[in-house]
This record gives sequence, structure tokens and C-alpha cells, in this order.
Amino acid sequence: MSDSSGPDGLDVPTTPDTPTDEAPVNDAASRKAGSSHVLARYLALRLVLIVPTVWILVTVVFFFLRVIGDPITAAQGGRLPPEKIEQLKQAAGYNDPIIVQYGRYLWQILHGNFGRTTDNQSLSAILIRYAPATLELVFWALLVAFLVGIPLGRLAARHYNKGPDMAIRAFAILFYAAPVFFVALVLKLIFAIWLHWLPISGRASTSVQIAMATDGHIDTHIYIVNAIISGNFSYVLDVLQHAVLPALALGLLTAGVFIRMVRINLLQTLRADFVTAARARGVAESKVVSQHAFRNALIPVVTVMGMEIAMMLGGAILTETSFEWQGLGYALSQYLLKRDFVAVQGIVTFFAMVVAVVSFLIDVVNALVDPRVRY
Amino acid sequence: MSGQFLPPIDLMYPSSPAIGVDKRKITLPGMALIRSTHGIQRVMLLIGLVLVVFFVVLAVLAPLIAPYKFGAIFTPQMPPSAMHWFGTTVGGFDVFSRVIYGARTAIEVILLAVALSIIVGVTLGVISGFIGTWLDRVLVLFMDALYSFPSLLLAIVVSIMVASGRSGPYVGILSAAVSITVVFIPQYFRVTRNATMQAKVEPYVDAARVAGAKPGRIMFGHILPNVSQSIPVLMTLNASEAILTLAALGFLGFGVEPNSAAEWGYDLNKARSDLVNGIWWTAIFPGLAIVLIVLGVTLIGESLNDVLNPLLRTRGGTTTADEAEVASVVGGAPEISTSSCAAQSGVAGPSPGASTETDPATSRRMTGLDAAERSPEVTPPDPSSTTPKDGGRS
Repeated sequence: MSDSSGPDGLDVPTTPDTPTDEAPVNDAASRKAGSSHVLARYLALRLVLIVPTVWILVTVVFFFLRVIGDPITAAQGGRLPPEKIEQLKQAAGYNDPIIVQYGRYLWQILHGNFGRTTDNQSLSAILIRYAPATLELVFWALLVAFLVGIPLGRLAARHYNKGPDMAIRAFAILFYAAPVFFVALVLKLIFAIWLHWLPISGRASTSVQIAMATDGHIDTHIYIVNAIISGNFSYVLDVLQHAVLPALALGLLTAGVFIRMVRINLLQTLRADFVTAARARGVAESKVVSQHAFRNALIPVVTVMGMEIAMMLGGAILTETSFEWQGLGYALSQYLLKRDFVAVQGIVTFFAMVVAVVSFLIDVVNALVDPRVRY
Repeated sequence: MSGQFLPPIDLMYPSSPAIGVDKRKITLPGMALIRSTHGIQRVMLLIGLVLVVFFVVLAVLAPLIAPYKFGAIFTPQMPPSAMHWFGTTVGGFDVFSRVIYGARTAIEVILLAVALSIIVGVTLGVISGFIGTWLDRVLVLFMDALYSFPSLLLAIVVSIMVASGRSGPYVGILSAAVSITVVFIPQYFRVTRNATMQAKVEPYVDAARVAGAKPGRIMFGHILPNVSQSIPVLMTLNASEAILTLAALGFLGFGVEPNSAAEWGYDLNKARSDLVNGIWWTAIFPGLAIVLIVLGVTLIGESLNDVLNPLLRTRGGTTTADEAEVASVVGGAPEISTSSCAAQSGVAGPSPGASTETDPATSRRMTGLDAAERSPEVTPPDPSSTTPKDGGRS
């Protein structure tokens, strides 16, 4: 199979359960001809459906957060005299009928304007500043998750119901049961406080942060990129050291899910007919696993991984709060504590869009990787 | 493509005595459940049961077990000792007592949250599945949108809404429970709706209609009892997520108010600043409590899932215990004691492709395509689809 499959993985002959097994030859041929058309239609429909999904979420968040009153009273109530609040409300348009405000908000969102925080910062600027940090964290965490999750899942499946399998499963369940902020606390306690190996929180040392901000190079807000551009190896090292614990906390948690997915799917693929056929031909067991079963087992895993990525992008809030990693989740938790609901609304809306777009991308990847999806 | 995964009728409506089991885990039917498991799976189930029973006892008898009254204050930041087994916090609370009272909060919130989400989700699901038409489409789209959203964010937004401006001993519990409820409603909705769509074309529904039963009676008198089989599994799977969501809300400063009840997540949040001074006991003990109770509920949920719904295991592919799979992988059938298991393992066998084929649908389900594309069709209920989602946990 390794030779027949291109980079896009359209290895029809070896895929289990392909309809071609039963289908008459001419049917298979006609299907092949229409396949790109079907794919295009599927993806177009899928793309269009992003809009109502995002719209519903924006609406839900808007009305949920508006039920409790206007954002200015929520943020400033008690701190400013009532006349002043009234004046601010009038100026910001919070005295208009709710439906007018809703229309205005939708209009803003359509123009990429997420509003302004109560301390009058543009939310778009906040998104630009914090989103790259979240992206960086998710990247490191995924690296950990892939490096840990996939090999362990594979190992567990190969040694089904034997020692390694048991140990790996226990590990996976344990990481499912542990909340990420507890894992974060334990990691910090061991590696930062007791052993002093790694920094306790933040994305970089303050001195490095200042040095990178003022060295005249372009600021990408992604620290590892900044550090590499600056060309100073000690910066890179500092940024990497800060990334280790957050990446481990979020990555191990995600690895737990990956392990379970890879293991169970590989187990199922290993009992498929084409694997039995390979064994019957005398192919070595290690080769059966790595070349025949593994790729096919990964197809459903792609979906779950994509979902995990979407959820991580949209919700690394606990990890970021634990490590004071200044990404979107951290910003969100700060604005929540300040009761700045315009900011909360803006960030949550942004998350909704990210999740919708990422899950669309997953479906695109899925459709490309697995021809069966299109039918 | 969904058609081929429809389980046979006897699987959808198993008459197995094991179905009623989870409601009374430790009574006689519980024994039936334990007996229907074997090997590792039985060990997992037993560990899970012991853990859960342990925490339930802690919660119920908290005032008797806890050495000190709730809210009692001592010398702050004392390390664990004979007086204070788990030490004291910065605020001078006894950590051991707070951990025990935390069990009470956790169990109250879970029970409330699970009950509320079942009531709302199942009701909407039956109505949506039975009535169909535009109502069904709108509800499905709406629920899918909610489901696709990172659950913790949703819970935060709802908890802001419910708790705003109000305070009192039960507001915290209620707001936490309601926020968790909103996260879970889509799952119960989906499962019930799909089962209802299958059930409503059954002859007994036609018979009721011919006999002149009103729609309300058909939905809740005839269909509901026949579609509620997958609820218990989903319930246990969700309960563990509910605890994690509650703790996460507490960690971020939402949900239960610290003065009215002890909450592990809130305590962990407070413990963050202690950590720098090398004070580990305020973090480790509440954290361990969360891990253990979630572990217990998860183990039970997965065992139940395997025993009652082995079919699901081959679809979602995220459960861990899978003894019946040995049967297919190794070729020899393990001893299976309940009739439903025997019937089901036969179904679980021929589906290496089935799982891969339905999994892409999981992602589409999240976005509403699935619903819009083929809502008139019937898809099997699958609580397992809920397992991969844990955005609330990162």
C-alpha cells in the first residue's frame, strides 16, 4: 500500500470496505468521473453552513450577555456616579432598543470590528496581540500530543491486553480524569519550585521580553519566531524553557485522547480482511502494522485531532491562566474578572469563528484523505 | 451512508435486565452488571464503583466526617499535622474539611446538572424528532451550533448570566448547574431525537395513533419509554465532564461562591499563589479529590458503555475497555453472560470500516452539515460521539 498511495492518501485498492468490492466495474468508473464534482459540491455546501453556525453563536452570546444589563453598569457600577454612567450608556448606545443594538453589533462584526473594551482599547488590536500567543501554545502542545500520543497508541494496540497496553491505558484514563490546571500546578510544583529546572510562568523572562520588543526587528507576537529573528540563541533558549511546562500540561492532556483514538482504530484495522490477507501472504507483523494498518487507522483519528485543535484554539483558557501565558484565554479570564463584557463578547465571538473555520478545514482534509466521506 | 449502521431492533430496544442497573448501582441489579463484565473490565468497574460510593458517602456524611465545622478558621498556612491532616490554607481553613465539603458541592451540582439537562434535552429531543418539519431543522441547527462551541466558554457565559447580581447560598450551586446543563443539553437532544425518529415509524406508534391517542401522549407515553435506553450511559459519561466543568468554573472564579460552599476548583485557584512559597498541600489534596472522583465516574461510564452498548464502542472508538473486541481480534469469544451482550457482539464484529466511515460525520455533526444534509434520514443514537469533545478541559 505504501507504494500505491500518493501524498493525498487516496489508496482505494487497500482501503477496507470500499464500495468497489461489490460495485460493478462501470459503476466504479462513473463514480470516479463524478467524484471531483461531488467533492466540490460537498465542500461548497459545507462552507456555506459556516455562516448560520457562527451567526447562531454570535446571537446566543450577545443575548446571554445582554440579559444581565448593559456592559457599562456591569463594569463601572458603584465606581462612578449614576449620572455619569447614564451619560456613558447614552454615548455608547446602550439605551437604544436591544434589537437595534443587536443589528448594530452584527454590522460591526461583519466589518471585522469587534467593538472596544470599557477601557477603550480596540478589541481587534487585542486579538492581534494575544491570538499569536495562543497559537504558539497550541503548536507546542500539539507537538507534545503527537510525539506522545501516536507512538503510545500504536504500542498499546500492538501489545493488546498485555503489559504495555495496560500501562498506557491507565496513563490515558488518568490524564482524562485530571483537570489541566491541576496537572499544571503539579508540574509547576515539581519542576519549577522543587527542582528549579524551569521557569514558573510567563512566555519569556521580562528582560528577554523587553529586549525582543526593542531590538528593532519585526514583532510577530510569536515569541519563538521573534527570538529566532533576533538571532540571539539565549533568547531562543529562554522562550523554549518557558514553553516546556505549558506545552506538557496541555499536550499530555490531549495525548490522552490521541492515545485512545489511535489505539482503538488501529485495533479495528488490524482485524480487517486486508490485514489478514497481508499476514497470510507472510508479511512480517511489524510491516503489517506500520505499512498496512497504521495509515488506514489514522483516518478517523484525523477528525478527532482536528476537533481537539479547534477546541484548544478556542479554549486553552485554563492552561493559559495557570501559567499566566498571555494568550487569548488569559486575556479572556482577565476581562471576565474585570466584568468587561464587551471584551468577553468580542473574544468569545472570535473563538466561535475560529472553531467554525477549523472544523470546516477538518472536513476538507477528511474529504481529501478519505474518499468515502464524499458519498 | 448512515443506513447500514442501524442496529437491529433488539439492540435498540434491549430487554436486558442490565438496563435498569445503573440507577441502583450497588443493589442487586448492580451485581448483574458486575457479573456481566470480566477480567480487566470488571476490575475497572469495581474500582469506579468504590470511588464513587466513597465520594457519595463523604458528601452525605460530610458534617459527621469532617473534623471541623464548615468555615471554621485556624492558624493559616500550617503544614499537614495530626490536628490538620491536610494542613490549613492562607485563609486559615482546614483543608481536610474543605475537601470533604467539596464532595458535597460537587455531587449536588452534578445531580442537579444531569437532571436538568436530561429533562430539557430529552423533552426537546422527543418533540423535535416526533414533530419534525421546520421545528426539527431549526432546533438541530441550534443545538449543533451550541455543541460545536467550546463548552467551557459557553458555561462561563451562562454562569455570568445566571449569577449576575444575585447571591445566596444556593445561587452559586444553581448557576454552576445551569451552566453545565446548557453544555449538555445538545447531547441529550441529539440522542433522543435520533431515537425518536426511528421509533415514530414503529407499528406501536401507528396503533396508538389509530386508537386516538393525542400527540402529547404518544410522545411521552409511548415513544419516550422506548427511546430512553441510551440515556444512562450518556449520563455517566457526562457526569465526569460535569465535575471537570464545575472545577474549571471555580478555578476561573465563577460558579459556586466560596463563602457559601467549599469548591475544589476555587480552592485550586487560591492554591496557585501558595505554590510559590512552597505550600503544596492546598493544591494537591483538592486536586487529587477531583482526579479520583472523575476517575471513578469515568470508569463506571466506560464499563456501562461497553456492557450496554458495545456497538457504540466500534463507532466512536474512544472508549478504553473493550473486552468484546478481543472476541473479534483474537477470534475466540469471551464468556458473555447477558443476552444483549451476545446479540451485540455479533453486531460489533463486522465493522472495521464502519467506524472509519462514521467518524467524519462526527465533525460534520458539530457544524450542522450533518443535520441539514440528511435530517430526514435516521441516524443511530450515539453517546460515544460526545466523548471526543473536551474543549472544556484545556
